Amino acid sequence: MATLLVIIVFALFLTAILTGGYNKKFFARVKDTKVWDWITTVDHKKIGILYFISGIFFFLIGGIEAIFMRLQLAFPDSNLFVGDVFNQLLTMHGTTMIFLAAMPMIFGLMNAVVPLQIGARDVAFPFVNALGFWLFFFGGLLLNLSWIFGGAPDAGWTSYTSLALNNYSPGPGVDYYVLGLQIAGIGTLIGGLNFIATIINMRAPGMSFLRLPMFTWTVFVTSALILFAFPPLTVALLLLMFDRIFGANFFDYAMGGSTVIWEHLFWIFGHPEVYIVILPAFGVMSEVISTFSRKRLFGYTSMVFATVLIGFLGFMVWVHHMFTVGLGPVSNSVFAVATMAIAVPTGIKVFNWLFTMWGGEIRFTTPMLWAVGFIPTFVMGGMTGVMLALPPADYQYQDSYFVVAHFHYVLVGGTVFGLFAGLYYWWPKMFGKMLSERLGKWHFWLFAIGFHLTFFPQHFLGLFGMPRRVFTYHSNLGLDTLNLLSSIGVIGMALGTIILGVAIYRSFLSKEQAPADPWDGRTLEWTIASPPPEYNFAQTPLIRSYDAFWVAKEQKTQIEPAEPLAPIHMPSSSYLPIMMSLGLFIAGFGFITRGIEVSILGVAITLLMMFLRSFEQDHGYHIDPRPIREEKGAKV
Amino acid sequence: MSAQTETTTKDAPLHLETATFEGKNKVLGFWLFLGAETVLFACLFGTYLALRHQTLPGQPTGKELFDLNLVALATAFLLTSSLTSVLAMHYMNQQRKGLMQLWLGITVLLGLAFLVLEIYEFVHYVHEGHTFMSSAFGSSFYALVGTHGAHVTFGIVWISTLMLQAARRGITKETAPKLFVSSLYWHFIDVVWVFIFTLVYLLGKVG
Repeated sequence: MATLLVIIVFALFLTAILTGGYNKKFFARVKDTKVWDWITTVDHKKIGILYFISGIFFFLIGGIEAIFMRLQLAFPDSNLFVGDVFNQLLTMHGTTMIFLAAMPMIFGLMNAVVPLQIGARDVAFPFVNALGFWLFFFGGLLLNLSWIFGGAPDAGWTSYTSLALNNYSPGPGVDYYVLGLQIAGIGTLIGGLNFIATIINMRAPGMSFLRLPMFTWTVFVTSALILFAFPPLTVALLLLMFDRIFGANFFDYAMGGSTVIWEHLFWIFGHPEVYIVILPAFGVMSEVISTFSRKRLFGYTSMVFATVLIGFLGFMVWVHHMFTVGLGPVSNSVFAVATMAIAVPTGIKVFNWLFTMWGGEIRFTTPMLWAVGFIPTFVMGGMTGVMLALPPADYQYQDSYFVVAHFHYVLVGGTVFGLFAGLYYWWPKMFGKMLSERLGKWHFWLFAIGFHLTFFPQHFLGLFGMPRRVFTYHSNLGLDTLNLLSSIGVIGMALGTIILGVAIYRSFLSKEQAPADPWDGRTLEWTIASPPPEYNFAQTPLIRSYDAFWVAKEQKTQIEPAEPLAPIHMPSSSYLPIMMSLGLFIAGFGFITRGIEVSILGVAITLLMMFLRSFEQDHGYHIDPRPIREEKGAKV
Repeated sequence: MSAQTETTTKDAPLHLETATFEGKNKVLGFWLFLGAETVLFACLFGTYLALRHQTLPGQPTGKELFDLNLVALATAFLLTSSLTSVLAMHYMNQQRKGLMQLWLGITVLLGLAFLVLEIYEFVHYVHEGHTFMSSAFGSSFYALVGTHGAHVTFGIVWISTLMLQAARRGITKETAPKLFVSSLYWHFIDVVWVFIFTLVYLLGKVG
């Protein structure tokens, strides 16, 4: 099979060369197309859009998986999706939503907004940025191809050993999990690295750390978490790959291995991961609430402090996912106290948002609705979090629907609400079109009510003893009504999402161009056109205060430029990132099918591309400033 | 004025690797990457320390296997290569290409010598019945030391590639940051080896 694949690849190459596919005119035509432009782009704004659109795509897939699960659980003893199929659904729902929906949508917002907020022309490493996206994309693709080729992973999104070892999970499912996440994870890691370097080195003159917009601050801390939390995942997945494919014994008890090592490595990654996805949502909330209350963010420095503290404490609490493993009372107590301590900086943030709104001129636009809806929802999730942080109580809650309700309140009520707020807020900046406010409000109310109807009853289902991850329950155990209610709530979330689709479709059809500053914003991204020109700022701005744009509007002045108009240096686009990622994708398929020749071919492609990149002498190109000057002149 | 634009040893910037904005970004980004690599090795060390006594009955333990003489020789090779790498960077910043290439070449040769010893060591262990698949100790040992070995291999290929570039293009504002970060990488894998020597070999001999 493996040899066959190699032969097919070479045959395709030969046909391409012999039939004139290797023809200069043909390449010239390809290079003129829009598709080529998008797959070779290194522009942070386009990469942001690519991230965001693929995030929405995977969000829909993960949502369909959730709908299937709620259909199965709507009635007792139902047999729509039972056993293995249900296990695959729940595994892929969790994995998809965390790694392939939440992460890329966050990276989409980071890419679209952060360079604009700090007054930069691009990120520190535009090439690496594109590589990060394509690695994520091919990793996600590999993971989802499992549905077609050999069956999806079915060991839960946490993929605990021994369950995930060959003995208990035969078939390629878990291999897809291991290699898909490995490739996507490398992409995320280099993406995070890129944003730390960007925020440290690329800030406009005068943009000191305590003048950074709150969203940029949360991205900074999130990127640091990514940098230090993803290597443990890399190692965990590597060890699991060795155990499954190369006969190693890390997790095999009979050979001296230990399954607890997987749990430690996974949660040393896994707990910071939940802060990775929630902190940027906090940042979006801070921007949205401040803008739509027309007030400076209350307690900005304490917000910064709280963000950094949450990031730090996020690494100190992973054992609260392992209270029932039996690590002993001392370790459980230490991690319980550390976990409860996180409630303090989080509380600081919630109060700061409330005080920002207090006495402000509040406008209930769609982004603001999501932000205001977020606060009580997230606080409820935080409360059950503190309940779960008590080890004796956790012995009762663990593996029940109470846990499911808790993390959906923080992940949907926190991250997804935050992402929707960010989507409506920055959509005009990303695409140059407004989203309909009327449809947006329908989206919010349907989704928010549907969400609470789905997940609020699940607290009680858990307390009544319904275990998570089990595909059915018997009738007359007191679980029927609540399960039905929970499934009905899904209709609200599904309708809300469909309305979002309609709003997006309409915005693309609409001819009306969004203004540069549609929300009366406070930060630098609103000083430039929507969508921004490829060089972002014709002249780098000079920053003299926090909320510089708002201050300039208040003083009826303009933000001064920090440099004269000069030719603007731009990086050239490159086909190497997608080819590097394609190489690893092929290698991943090789490992999954146990065809080592294919893996070697794939890795060779990636190494060849790295070699080409190293020898490439590319100085980018310059944009002539004269038309910009004329444009500016026309404005004055 | 034209005399000033000529690059001479005298007026070349002291740190050519950070002379451009791209160079500064590259050096900072590489430090961040080394931070991530540190966590990666920390996880492998943790796994090894948890599993290092997990042999099956009748299999050789670390105490019986490890030959400190051989490992000390390998350590000497690798630590010396860090010194030669520093010398190469010194001559790079003085724009003395020949000497830089010489010391880079010696660095690569020392790295190769280390690698040969490590391969010899692994082959020897496999004959003694200590393999990747024999026990959890075997798996974690080869995962940790092997990952380090893979890093050394990558470093050798990388530095050789950069020597080729330097030969063709000379020491410029573009090649200097690349050479500098490759030397950072080389020091990093050296530091990791110091920990491997201590926590795997010395601690293994103690038992």
